[in-house]
Amino acid sequence: MFTETPIDRRKRLTENVMRIFLLVVTTVMIIPLLLIIGYLLYKAIPVLSFEFLFSNPRDNMRAGGIWAPFLGTIYLVVVSLLVSAPVGVFAAVYLNEYARENWFTRITNLAVVNLAGVPSIVHALFGVGAFVLFAGLGESILAASLTLAIMTLPVIIASTTEALKAVPMSFREACWNLGATRWQTIRRIVIPNSISGILTGVILQVSRAAGETAPIMFTGAVFYKAIAEGNLFAYNITEQCMALSLHLFTISTQVPDVTEGTPHGTAIVLVGSVLLVNATAIVLRVYLRTRKKW
Amino acid sequence: MNILRKKSRAKLPFSETVIELFIRLCGFSCIIFVFGIFFFVFREGAGFLFNGLDIGQFLTSPEWYPTSLNNKRYGTFALILGTFSVTALAMCMAVPFGLGAAIFVSEFCSPKLRETFKIVIELLAAIPSVVWGFIGLTLMNQLIIRVFNAPIGLTMLNGSIMLALMSVPIIVSIAEDALKAVPDSYREAAEALGATRWQVIYRVLLPAAKNGLLAAVLLGAARSIGETMAVLMATGHSVNIPSGPLSWIRTLTATIAAELGEVARGDEHYQVLFIIGILLFTITFVVNLIADLVIKGIRQE
Repeated sequence: MFTETPIDRRKRLTENVMRIFLLVVTTVMIIPLLLIIGYLLYKAIPVLSFEFLFSNPRDNMRAGGIWAPFLGTIYLVVVSLLVSAPVGVFAAVYLNEYARENWFTRITNLAVVNLAGVPSIVHALFGVGAFVLFAGLGESILAASLTLAIMTLPVIIASTTEALKAVPMSFREACWNLGATRWQTIRRIVIPNSISGILTGVILQVSRAAGETAPIMFTGAVFYKAIAEGNLFAYNITEQCMALSLHLFTISTQVPDVTEGTPHGTAIVLVGSVLLVNATAIVLRVYLRTRKKW
Repeated sequence: MNILRKKSRAKLPFSETVIELFIRLCGFSCIIFVFGIFFFVFREGAGFLFNGLDIGQFLTSPEWYPTSLNNKRYGTFALILGTFSVTALAMCMAVPFGLGAAIFVSEFCSPKLRETFKIVIELLAAIPSVVWGFIGLTLMNQLIIRVFNAPIGLTMLNGSIMLALMSVPIIVSIAEDALKAVPDSYREAAEALGATRWQVIYRVLLPAAKNGLLAAVLLGAARSIGETMAVLMATGHSVNIPSGPLSWIRTLTATIAAELGEVARGDEHYQVLFIIGILLFTITFVVNLIADLVIKGIRQE
């Protein structure tokens, strides 16, 4: 009854060719991810050990471990998180729960988009101009973290907004009808129902902040600084610190004769931590979707 | 009625007013930050911008000799060209892959495969730029030397491959959103007329989603223009009018990153670096604004 005409055959052929072509194009993107992790791991295996993680760089950074930069990155991330998490979450709450549809809200949204688009090196210049010089913080963990906080703000705002939007309007209406104020509704209903989504955003901020190099280069991260090994409180937030990302840059471009494998080890620790943090966010999101009650 | 209103107003405690004020402040903070960024970068560079800098020379001269002893020249033409050429080459690679992957993920994939690809793309986006730079410096450098028989692999091509890999995730996620925003009724109508899946995509979806796809490409390009560490490490870092994919170049961003650490505050050279910052801020601001308007354009349709 339905015999295939040449046109049908051509249509089917094109369809299959395109499907396979696009599949290949998409699959190709997995290769760099695997290749990078595989290559770094392969090169880094000889140096990776607990000692590598918990000892300072030695011999003008030619050998030794990554304790000082590793701890520095943790400091930078935690301090920036303390600033950007509340500001970002509340900014999203404002945009989603308070703001009316008007030109001012449109400008605020545009500002969020543009803040996300500002190049990282311009954030660095801003950090130098505003925090290091104008606010008088000097080159310190505090100045670098504030720069990072502003840079990563859009990440938190974007995912928090998404989480808040997912809470059905009827929840809020029910709460208002019981006589609750706006803030009571937000605190008791909206935030508890979107907390996993908000957490995902916060986690992504951590991953983003940990990997950045340019914004901290001139605002607080330093090429070399020896600190007490094994002491979690070795840094002071008004002083400079080392950072994993900057350390990778330094030992791969500025220091000659680095021990084979050390830069790769540094890179794999950086990539590993960032991907681990991201994987946590992904697992949380999948878990949240299965648990969703409405 | 009056009594009721009074009562409810009296119930609103002081703490609540403070919290609402705080929330509003956080909401406005983004506007403050965007203006703050412009203001503070401008403030550091303004002195020389209005008093001494030859703007025509700044934009059109390829001579970047900021540390010359007797004849300092601040021409950024080679740097601007470097930025745009490396971005253009990166987009040549990233756009086909990004859009192709977006089409595949949104139209051909089973839901399970789609989740997997999206996770991979998200992880790809998470890799820090300094690590891309390091890969360019080591792995890609060797590869380019072997494949093209080049004396050194730290070239424009190297940098643009890194930039392409970094901007593909952005292009995929925004393009996929744009395709998803096309109503299903369009697909159903086309299929009811006997179109195959590919015909639906080519004749219906791509035209319907073209604004969103354009925005995806623009945002990917903006990301490439603003990228610092990867191009600093992978493109050879020599001021040079690019003559081909295998020539060494230097970008605007890399120049700031490489030289800001070595200048004295308030110096002409220091101020010029901030002026380059203003230039970069303006370029990315305009590109982002256009992308935003393009996206808004679809919503109004």
